[in-house]
Amino acid sequence: MPTNQPHMRPYEEEYANFTWETSRKELGYKDGDVINIGEYCTDRICRQGKGDKLALIWEGHSGEEKRYTFNDMRQLTNTIADFLQKLGIQPGERVCLFMDKVPELYFGFLGVLKMGAIVQPLFSAFGSESLLTRLDNAKTRAIFTQKKHLPKVRNITKDLPELKHIIVVDDDGLKPLRELEVAFHMDKAERIDKFDIYPSLAETPSVLHYTSGTTGQPKGAQHVHYSIISQYITAKYVLDLKDDDIYWCTADPGWVTGTSYGIIGAWSNGVTQCVLDAGFKAETWYKFIEKHKISMWYSAPTAIRALMKEGNEVVKKFDLSSLRHLASVGEPLNAEAVIWSKEVFGLYFHDTFWQTETGCIVISNYPGMKIKPGSMGKPFPGIEATVVDLKTHEPIEKKGIVGMIALKPGWPSMVRTYWNNESTYKSKFSKGWYHCGDRASIDEDGYYWFVGRDDDVINTGGHLVGPFEIESALLEHPAVAESAVVGKPDPVNMEVVKAFITLKPGFNSDKMLELEIMNFVRKKLSALAMPQEIEFVDSLPKTRSGKIMRRVLRAKEWGEEIGDISTLENDM
Amino acid sequence: MSALKDVILEYVKNEYLEEGDDREVNFDTPLISGGIVDSFSMVSLKVFLETKYNISIPDAKASPEAFDSVNNIIVLLKEFGIE
Repeated sequence: MPTNQPHMRPYEEEYANFTWETSRKELGYKDGDVINIGEYCTDRICRQGKGDKLALIWEGHSGEEKRYTFNDMRQLTNTIADFLQKLGIQPGERVCLFMDKVPELYFGFLGVLKMGAIVQPLFSAFGSESLLTRLDNAKTRAIFTQKKHLPKVRNITKDLPELKHIIVVDDDGLKPLRELEVAFHMDKAERIDKFDIYPSLAETPSVLHYTSGTTGQPKGAQHVHYSIISQYITAKYVLDLKDDDIYWCTADPGWVTGTSYGIIGAWSNGVTQCVLDAGFKAETWYKFIEKHKISMWYSAPTAIRALMKEGNEVVKKFDLSSLRHLASVGEPLNAEAVIWSKEVFGLYFHDTFWQTETGCIVISNYPGMKIKPGSMGKPFPGIEATVVDLKTHEPIEKKGIVGMIALKPGWPSMVRTYWNNESTYKSKFSKGWYHCGDRASIDEDGYYWFVGRDDDVINTGGHLVGPFEIESALLEHPAVAESAVVGKPDPVNMEVVKAFITLKPGFNSDKMLELEIMNFVRKKLSALAMPQEIEFVDSLPKTRSGKIMRRVLRAKEWGEEIGDISTLENDM
Repeated sequence: MSALKDVILEYVKNEYLEEGDDREVNFDTPLISGGIVDSFSMVSLKVFLETKYNISIPDAKASPEAFDSVNNIIVLLKEFGIE
């Protein structure tokens, strides 16, 4: 079992002395060098003599298992890169990964990067419309998918003239593939030992992750290969990854945690990681930890609260003594969950804070640092953070006052732009600070305490969902006249989507219609976006200019003060 | 009993499998842990059962375990007198 002596020096000492040069040196990077995430995570690790070390232990929902060494991964990512090159994919073009957590997703990510294209991972639970919005915006050239998701892709192919290749990773030949579709079987394909990796530089675009905002459609956060400088060192210091760790990051690579720490952070550190491609079930999860002797576990508050709900008895059925360090991300981890984890696992879950745009953990609790349950922790060394006044955007000097979390730009993994949306990107900065959109306060000891989002974006189960996208989908249902979507408190997911709906004449509000509308949104967008509750109302609160006031509805759901309603047109 | 099972299985197949998704789903197929119905979609399955059988399933009983297969759902419904 790995030693429990943390990589990071005591926090104050590390914060005072740290520079990103530490990471650059350890990775062997100097200004102007070629830097390719695919190469850094595979070939570089093999050159360190770890080619025979396990990189991935994968388990499917029916218990099937696959194992790959770093050398397997090096060759298979070459195979994928070579395959894409032969299809005619050019560096800089977008290649989407639309798959469950299968090995092809993980190796596909690195393979795309190795040949210089931009990788666009998308959550496989997205419905056709969510997929269309994101592929159309990115003008995606190729998509990797599985048989089970192929119908969703086929539904929208006609609307995507730029999409030239649909790569099916598990085609069984039973049904003929259609135009643009091609089968690719990673495990059966010829392994390519030598591949000319694309000579990407620090600022070469690498990953395009879509994230939701309050208004408009989701934005593509564009990252660059240099992001690995942040992801490597934060994985080492915050997740405390050590050479002999067995690591499990439960996040799906359709979201940024699943790539920054489920791929780049772990493998750039040469660490063995496990992936469980199965839905949530407490016993399955505990059994997985026991079976693979997982030592470092990075999960999400929603999952932790769901485990809490299952009780303490089930934990006792399993030997979880291999665990030595726990961390969580996605939304604030409540104090009860932190205390519970200490009680049942003998270890605290260390809350970490970051977002798609930051690319790496920016505020966190660290191994060896005193934990204040419920706190977000302190800024990562190398990150200058503060909270700024919501109106003046000036840093708040006084402790305990709520403001917006702001970061001084310039850390290596900071988002470089939003795809084709530079104006929205620029709007995130003010007075020399990047604004995260989250409100918090800082206490006397420098710990950050999360308060809430500063916009209408809903954080459900650690995923950000934009109300606009859901409201637009709702309006496409024949019964819906108007809609407003807000987050409502939920004991497991922090927030869930709630929709307020007015109906068109001739439609009656009943449970069947509620179910029909729920399923309508689920299929169009995703289960995350599906309203978990629908309230049929006679009218929605609006300003005199006709704009729906979501904040009034949200405040009611949260039992908060409604605030200034002088512009309210009606009495709801 | 078999009519009840068939209705639920049919609903799961129609609602949670994409058209053209030819995965075999039977009464024992893991729905939640097998990734066919995710934890967010579970709510719609709960609303379906409540609407169809005119019952109210408390959140405490609507666990991933209880919804993990058609057979598990049948056991749950029994508690509400639905057989």
